[in-house]
Amino acid sequence: MFDRRPFVAGLLVDRGDLLVVTGLGSSTYDVAACGDHSLNFYLWSAMGTTAMVGLGLALARPDRRVAVITGDGDTLMGLGSLATIGVKQPGNLSIVVLDNRHYSATGMQPTATAAGIDLAGTAQACRFRRVERVTELSRAAAMRELLHTGQGPIFIHAQVEADDQKRIMPSRDGYAISRRFMQASGR
Amino acid sequence: MSQPQEASHPQAGLHTGWPHQIYTILKRNGINQVGYVPDTGHRQLISLCQADNEITDVVLTTEAEGAGLVLGASLGGQRAALLMQSSGVGNCINTFSLLRNCAVPCVILVTMRGEFADFNPWQVPMGSITEQTLKLCGFLTYRIEREEDIEDTVAAGCKMAFGGGNLQVAILLAQRMVDRSKPEGH
Repeated sequence: MFDRRPFVAGLLVDRGDLLVVTGLGSSTYDVAACGDHSLNFYLWSAMGTTAMVGLGLALARPDRRVAVITGDGDTLMGLGSLATIGVKQPGNLSIVVLDNRHYSATGMQPTATAAGIDLAGTAQACRFRRVERVTELSRAAAMRELLHTGQGPIFIHAQVEADDQKRIMPSRDGYAISRRFMQASGR
Repeated sequence: MSQPQEASHPQAGLHTGWPHQIYTILKRNGINQVGYVPDTGHRQLISLCQADNEITDVVLTTEAEGAGLVLGASLGGQRAALLMQSSGVGNCINTFSLLRNCAVPCVILVTMRGEFADFNPWQVPMGSITEQTLKLCGFLTYRIEREEDIEDTVAAGCKMAFGGGNLQVAILLAQRMVDRSKPEGH
């Protein structure tokens, strides 16, 4: 297990035109901690849908790489969307799950992964082309490379520490962040 | 515009009737992604979308995924529509919040259950609150009772959604337009 912040920072090094969608809660704070970016789209509602936003975007933009960065709680709520993604096989989509085995925004209650429910195994069963189980921070650079060049759909399961990190709050104006994103990505 | 090949589909009359009219209007409005949980009433429209190379059809495991798909498509510059039956609307309530929060234009076509000679009375509780639910979620709703109203109403709904207002529009297709008096295969 390792610290989630330097891992996410490592994923976003030299990010170029990578499109990033974040799940509500800790993963949004992690991405925002790397600095706000016009190609970030932060979700602030509809827990469980982050991967689907990534899918709709990846299908609409086959010319771009799309990375969803989210947590175990969000992924568990939308488990079926892993099957939906597996059907479409988007080659440009990666899902990164920062699994701390807890609902950290609400008081650190354990999630299903704390009981051993295996998200990487689920992604494998849902025909993700590539599934990585990450237990060492040192693999961040290799994972960053995958986000940019790997054949998707890719699932990166990162076993991160369950600790309370400082909350870095980006904009919560959905209209503003969606239009900024579209403009910056040429749409 | 690529025309789907009739010969590759077992169903007769793929290119006739109100589902084909809806398909034509969606095409005219530049819809590139169609997410759905299948319904008998949408069977022909789903087949038309699947056969169209310019439309990406996405079979959802739950209708709740649909709002995420529509938002993602919109971020990527594409227009998306959702097809579902009335029971699916209840599965979406919280995820619809994305569409309002981000002012995402969207058209949802809802085939009604539990309102007219439905063989399954368990469809009534959700069917009877579907339109109110959609209104509470911020949708403009239109209800179509007769095939002859399809063209005008679906076109008007698309105009309201995609004409610059960034609105969420739901078009309810009355159960009278689809025979539900017997379960499929009976």
